[in-house]
Amino acid sequence: MADVKKIATRESYGNALKELGAQHPDLVVLDADLAGATKTGTFQKAFPDRHIDCGIAESNMICVAAGLATTGLVPFASSFAMFAAGRAFEQVRNSIGYPHLNVKIGATHGGISVGEDGASHQCCEDFALMRTIPGMVVMSPSDDVEARACVKAAYEHVGPVYMRFGRAACPVFHSEDYQFEIGKGEVVCDGSDVAIIATGIMVAEAIEAAKALAADGISARVINICTIKPLDEALVLQAARECGKVITAEEHSVIGGLGEAVCSLLAEKLPTPVRRIGVNDEFGHSGPAAALLKQFGLSAEHIVEVAKSF
Amino acid sequence: MTAAEKKQLAITACKVRMGIVTATHGAKAGHPGGSLSAADLFTYLYFKELHVDPSNPKMDERDRFVLSKGHTAPGLYSALALRGFFPVEDLPTLRHIDSYLQGHPNMNTVPGVDMSTGSLGQGISVAAGMAKGAKLQGKDYRVYTLLGDGEIQEGQVWEALMFGAHYHLDNLCVIIDNNGLQIDGKVSDVMSPYPIPEKLRAFGYAVAEIDGHDFDQIEAAMTLARATKGKPFAIVMKTTKGKGVSYMEDKAGWHGKAPNDEEYKIAMDELNAQLAELEAN
Repeated sequence: MADVKKIATRESYGNALKELGAQHPDLVVLDADLAGATKTGTFQKAFPDRHIDCGIAESNMICVAAGLATTGLVPFASSFAMFAAGRAFEQVRNSIGYPHLNVKIGATHGGISVGEDGASHQCCEDFALMRTIPGMVVMSPSDDVEARACVKAAYEHVGPVYMRFGRAACPVFHSEDYQFEIGKGEVVCDGSDVAIIATGIMVAEAIEAAKALAADGISARVINICTIKPLDEALVLQAARECGKVITAEEHSVIGGLGEAVCSLLAEKLPTPVRRIGVNDEFGHSGPAAALLKQFGLSAEHIVEVAKSF
Repeated sequence: MTAAEKKQLAITACKVRMGIVTATHGAKAGHPGGSLSAADLFTYLYFKELHVDPSNPKMDERDRFVLSKGHTAPGLYSALALRGFFPVEDLPTLRHIDSYLQGHPNMNTVPGVDMSTGSLGQGISVAAGMAKGAKLQGKDYRVYTLLGDGEIQEGQVWEALMFGAHYHLDNLCVIIDNNGLQIDGKVSDVMSPYPIPEKLRAFGYAVAEIDGHDFDQIEAAMTLARATKGKPFAIVMKTTKGKGVSYMEDKAGWHGKAPNDEEYKIAMDELNAQLAELEAN
């Protein structure tokens, strides 16, 4: 996909905030000394009075966002996924989730594609943590177009939302007229032999895998699940029914993420063989993003291998 | 404050204490000690200080109160009920299954509760967010938050204090209930937070040190808080845990234990005697 435009979804986050900020004076952005990395700096330049830097204090930031939400503002609280979902988990649970406040969490640098920073910053647990909070919407957009649509939908949704964005540039495969809806998955390409259900940067890998499989006579259906919670159950069940085999693919631990959400659904409603592709029960380490993704099996090649041996 | 006003506040505070004893007795659980130490403050806030309307609990321009030490919900609920936010008769349903009076404050079920709290250290951050929200929207309501002296062992409290001073939140009033006791014993023995006023001043706060059972001193501090511009205000109030019930006073054991039937009767007899004396004078 060398000729395809590539944009990191954290860039999309910053650009979408700036665009939405111009339309909505009640939108405020919080950051914890990472405005340059999370790209909320883009919003900050345009609306300095509505950008609140909280310093390196994520727990406080999450609760400040909760307080702002009670006054009618729509706060987007931003940090790396490791700190927004990990460090501040209990604050998100008790001060945003339990009172069901209208706070949006924009978490960048999710997954191992964080790269050189290594395991301490490679959050592969955020879907699992956020999924357990009642009423929390959990989204993981796959490219620039979907990421911007996701931020807009989060603003319009009343209630808590967690969004995960990536550090590394990834291919843009949606067209600008893409219609996004919270809770709705997307059939990116149709097929009948195996369903590849993917989220985030793994959707582009799944598309590549489907092309390679087609060359070998295997018809793969690729489903993009941006909203991990609430899961588009109808679309997943239909794919399982029509394809008979399911592969899930995510840049997240195989524990607690999209793969387990799909397995739980299918186990109860339509038992179907599943193979989960994700980070196995281990920590990441330093290295270039592309090399890490390949090493951890988060690649089109690995999806093809799994599909062929399934 | 006139003598008549002060007398009325003392009478109301005594009734707030009866509500605390009644609620925790009804719940067979809960936290009477820290509720009683802050009973005079709850009374002053809801009967003198806060701009609130029981018939319109979500009024946009109301002053906000966040009970950061959320386990003392019985004290908050008792004051809210007496102020008319909900029936006093409901207090004994505290902590009962399906009661709206949850063990810790729930903003979505209890009229007059501005934030759901209970996990220590978070309420002050939320209060700071509310104060910042008022500033951003050009509104002139004030935000008050009450913390325990054990609670300030939580690191997040100091993150929030930094935030309040950094953004010059002079509409924020942080109150610390220094009753000196926490679950495991004296705060000075468990993990000393002292000296509290010096730490708050170093963090950029204007500070008043008062006796938390003296309405004149509470009023003076609140007046000074409202007059202070450019920085947030903190009140460190010395109190007695369990204040008003003889066998609970200054006893760490009454942090999270409810009175049994016999203890309930003794407590209510004592409070009724105090009430009769106040009304007679």
